[in-house]
Amino acid sequence: MKARAKRAPTARELMVATAAREIRDGELVFVGMRLPLLAFMLAQATHAQSAVGLYENGVIRARAARSLLYTMSDPANIEGATRTGEMLEVMGLLQSGRVGLGFVGAAEVDRFGNLNTTRVESARLPGSGGACDIASMSARLAVLLKHTRRRLVEKVHYVTSPGYGDGPDWREGVGLVRGGPSAVITDLGVLRFDPETKEAALASFHPLTAESSPERVVAETGWALRIHPDCGPTELPSADELDLLRSLDPEGFWLGTS
Amino acid sequence: MTLLPLDEALRLHVRDGDSVLVGAGLEALVPFAAGRELIRQKRRALTLIAPISDMLIDVLIGAGIAKGVIASWVGNVSAGSGYNFRRAIEEDIPAPLQMVDHTNFTLALALHAAALGAPYLPTRTALGTDLLAQSPHLKETTCPFTGVPLVAVEALTPDVAILPVQRADRDGNAHVWGNLGVIPDAARASKKVIVLAEEIVEPEVIRSDPNLTVIPGFLVTAVAHAPNGCHPSPCPDYYGRDHAFFDAYHESSRTRGGFLEWLESWLARKETL
Repeated sequence: MKARAKRAPTARELMVATAAREIRDGELVFVGMRLPLLAFMLAQATHAQSAVGLYENGVIRARAARSLLYTMSDPANIEGATRTGEMLEVMGLLQSGRVGLGFVGAAEVDRFGNLNTTRVESARLPGSGGACDIASMSARLAVLLKHTRRRLVEKVHYVTSPGYGDGPDWREGVGLVRGGPSAVITDLGVLRFDPETKEAALASFHPLTAESSPERVVAETGWALRIHPDCGPTELPSADELDLLRSLDPEGFWLGTS
Repeated sequence: MTLLPLDEALRLHVRDGDSVLVGAGLEALVPFAAGRELIRQKRRALTLIAPISDMLIDVLIGAGIAKGVIASWVGNVSAGSGYNFRRAIEEDIPAPLQMVDHTNFTLALALHAAALGAPYLPTRTALGTDLLAQSPHLKETTCPFTGVPLVAVEALTPDVAILPVQRADRDGNAHVWGNLGVIPDAARASKKVIVLAEEIVEPEVIRSDPNLTVIPGFLVTAVAHAPNGCHPSPCPDYYGRDHAFFDAYHESSRTRGGFLEWLESWLARKETL
């Protein structure tokens, strides 16, 4: 008899479950660090069993790792891999247009989905890692970050990874051949981008408390975030999905429940 | 002689002011034992190179032996900020640090260009970014065939690459497995290569599986026998990642004083030879 999730999802669990839904069955996914490590494991165990994970250290996996990953180079991500090769190979798959979806985190994101992980005023941040490459060259991009007015800003302090620049046609203009952000997944909701204006709008809000509403998400955003006409509550993970997710991170290392 | 004790290999082949590649396997196969020895030898003004500059780079910065970092990411992969890195950039503590920002792909291409003997390689990444606009090593260019915008990545030739491997023979022929990151290009791009081997084996062992010979011995300047030399980072099939060690370092290094205490105890640790 399987344990049924009794506790309601936390914001982070909802972020991971939402991120997992961005993954389409059969596609190549550039898996980033932290929460996306779990999202790929969850997606593979549910709706996207033939999605293939690429990791910038050179790992290619047709089957997700069986235990929690603290980093993509942990032994658990090497065992059972399809191939453990070089960074250039996986970056080559990205540049040649074979990657459907990439995940990145960010310190700042702006209304056109440009991302900063390099510096904010005098504060030095870790830098691009593979984020700029993934944002430049994957067909779709999902961004994960905590939702505050200081992090969702009118204009990022530094463009580490390209979004839609200053709006329509910018990517084509600078020579980027595809892609652009498709979802910004925060602990409060999901933003998606208007196909014409390339501006972010609130697509769903996370119904985590009785007070959750689109307006509260807008109030936590550093620009006048538009609310999409179809905006509703984010689909919650099922009890099975939650059980599964919690079993993937039993100590709550990434889910923050430890 | 190629096979040398680790301290002697570093004393002979790393000069103050050198650019030293100290992390080619990303989060795995990080040469912590070599980093510790460089601190003990009181090296100066090194430029550290690692695409993902995890805890070891933060330690070397805090110890005051680095003048610069060439990387795409600097921090503590599982825990968060690299506090010594931030103190150096933001407050010049313990010394100013020159940062050269890359993306993972542009740094891999910079090494690949050097490995191929090419002055640069073109790519489609980073177009339209501040990272491109502000880097002296990335320049926007156009394709000579199609005219489309491209980024030219300048070749990067490290003075020394320090590369941990699972096993090598006395001539430096080295087997490496697990994720390879930029290890093959690092070995071919660098002027000198120091291999840290978990095990020294007979040449027959190497020749028994040439597909695993990621580093042929003629590229190698010195081999050192350094069992457990990657701890706390993992060495596939030898040992895993010591997550608690990374977490403890992250907590200790939050303050300068806490870091110096941590450093003293780490330097005092005996090698596990």
